[in-house]
Amino acid sequence: MARKEYAFYPGCSSQKGASSSNYLTSVQSMCKTLDIGLTEIPDWNCCGASIGYAEGGELPRLALSGRNLALAEKHLPGLDVVATCAACWLGTREAKERLEHSDILLRDTQIALQEAGLNITVIPEVRHMAEVLIEDFGYDALTKPVTKGLDGLKFAGYVGCQTNRPFGIDGESYENPKYLDKLVESLGGEAVKYDQKVTCCGGALAFSEPEKAHAQIKDIVESAYDGGADMIVTPCPLCQANVELYQGAINKKYGTKFNIPVLYYSQVMAVAYGSSAKEAALNGNVIRAKQLEALAGK
Amino acid sequence: MSANNTAMAVRYKNNFLKELEDQAEMGEWIKMCMQCGVCAGSCPTNFHPGWDHPPQEIFMMVRAGRREEVLTSNSMWMCTSCYNCYVRCPRKLPITHIMHGIANYAHRLGVAPKLQPTRNFGKIFWNNAAKTGRVNEVMLTVDLYFRNAEGKFDLMAGIKKALEMQSIAIGLVKAGRLNPLELFGGHKCKDQKGIQAMLKKARELEETRKALKAA
Ligand code: SF4
Ligand code: SF4
Ligand code: SF4
Ligand code: SF4
Repeated sequence: MARKEYAFYPGCSSQKGASSSNYLTSVQSMCKTLDIGLTEIPDWNCCGASIGYAEGGELPRLALSGRNLALAEKHLPGLDVVATCAACWLGTREAKERLEHSDILLRDTQIALQEAGLNITVIPEVRHMAEVLIEDFGYDALTKPVTKGLDGLKFAGYVGCQTNRPFGIDGESYENPKYLDKLVESLGGEAVKYDQKVTCCGGALAFSEPEKAHAQIKDIVESAYDGGADMIVTPCPLCQANVELYQGAINKKYGTKFNIPVLYYSQVMAVAYGSSAKEAALNGNVIRAKQLEALAGK
Repeated sequence: MSANNTAMAVRYKNNFLKELEDQAEMGEWIKMCMQCGVCAGSCPTNFHPGWDHPPQEIFMMVRAGRREEVLTSNSMWMCTSCYNCYVRCPRKLPITHIMHGIANYAHRLGVAPKLQPTRNFGKIFWNNAAKTGRVNEVMLTVDLYFRNAEGKFDLMAGIKKALEMQSIAIGLVKAGRLNPLELFGGHKCKDQKGIQAMLKKARELEETRKALKAA
């Protein structure tokens, strides 16, 4: 298959030394195998995330996303924008929709963009990496490069909210999207029955209202154990961080004994494609995925 | 209560619905709500204590003109942006954005609950991102833990919260996912000047449009 090229929007949390830097490393390994070319949008900025509404207002948020879109169009014309973070993807895609549907918002955004020397003419498509894998490659193509099947490993596919709603991937239902399960299966792994697949982890409230978020996360982890999963796999950086990092605090509060690894789909794919533990950034997990590390070391 | 708040209350007299239609993001959708309750049953925050009113109730209160009660409510700030309500609403109201829009309006008027932690976090987050164009996670944490709701540095509270978070932070540093050196700069955009000018202009334009509507 010919090399596919995209304009890459990594997002703040993927930067070197940031909370999902292991996501980026594993995405790069995965893309190498699949011959996906990711060119970073030059000087991209934060999209403001969902929580940006409090101080940001509508137009400043649109301007932030508008700047990224204008930069992509200017420097990487004709390429789809691909994000790995659910919130970046959602925020940018929402901005695209609003700008395409409202002349007033578009006009105001253009005036603001002039201050940064930019201008929008054609807004590129805005896609999530998982969407690219499934729609531009497909399960068969994703199975082909597998050198180390995930036989015998059980995964709870935690889709979360923002990769699923409101846009969704591959026309799947909001209540029971199957793409993550199918992805795991195409790598030879087993996707367990998992009834908290699309439950919200609390999002940014994990920072501001930890009690509430912990109660949500407890349900999400418990259900993965109930399904017999060895690990949880997710497409979203904040889901990953929330579900992994607070297990200790939840254990303290609820007397549970949670200690289940939470991985990115890209880490799991990289291992199945024969990458080393380092290339799959398995050392970036706080709760280490020993079974995957063993497989990667084989 | 702020002067702006009083002015707006007078300007829109007994029509709170109209006020939100003009002044809050996506406020023009509120009148489409048919009070079916689907959103209330879908909202994750509803399953835990602390959430005053689900979207359905907020929209009903807006129509009933319960202005102060709505604007000072904690409810909108509890929204996790999970979009559950949004995809289920039979009238296709963009509920998530309406909740955010009302929260943002209450914040702008200065009547949102002062010690609301998510209001506080949202403000810190935006200022953090807008400063350099990219989020600095270390400064974000420091600001969140060591500043109180009025933005004053609170050492004791910060130490207490930081201790609670200590094991998490150590795990992250070990895993290469939290870099203490970010305290001294960290990631940033090259064209910070352009970004700041752009945001300033965007804010001005938005304020002008809203003021025109109230005129
Ligand atoms: S959503 Fe999060 S990761 Fe994405 S750009 Fe904004 S702050 Fe950064
Ligand atoms: S599950 Fe949590 S982190 Fe993931 S998108 Fe939803 S709120 Fe955000
Ligand atoms: S689901 Fe929609 S129509 Fe029903 S109460 Fe909620 S906002 Fe109103
Ligand atoms: S988006 Fe907000 S209001 Fe809607 S269900 Fe989720 S938390 Fe509740």
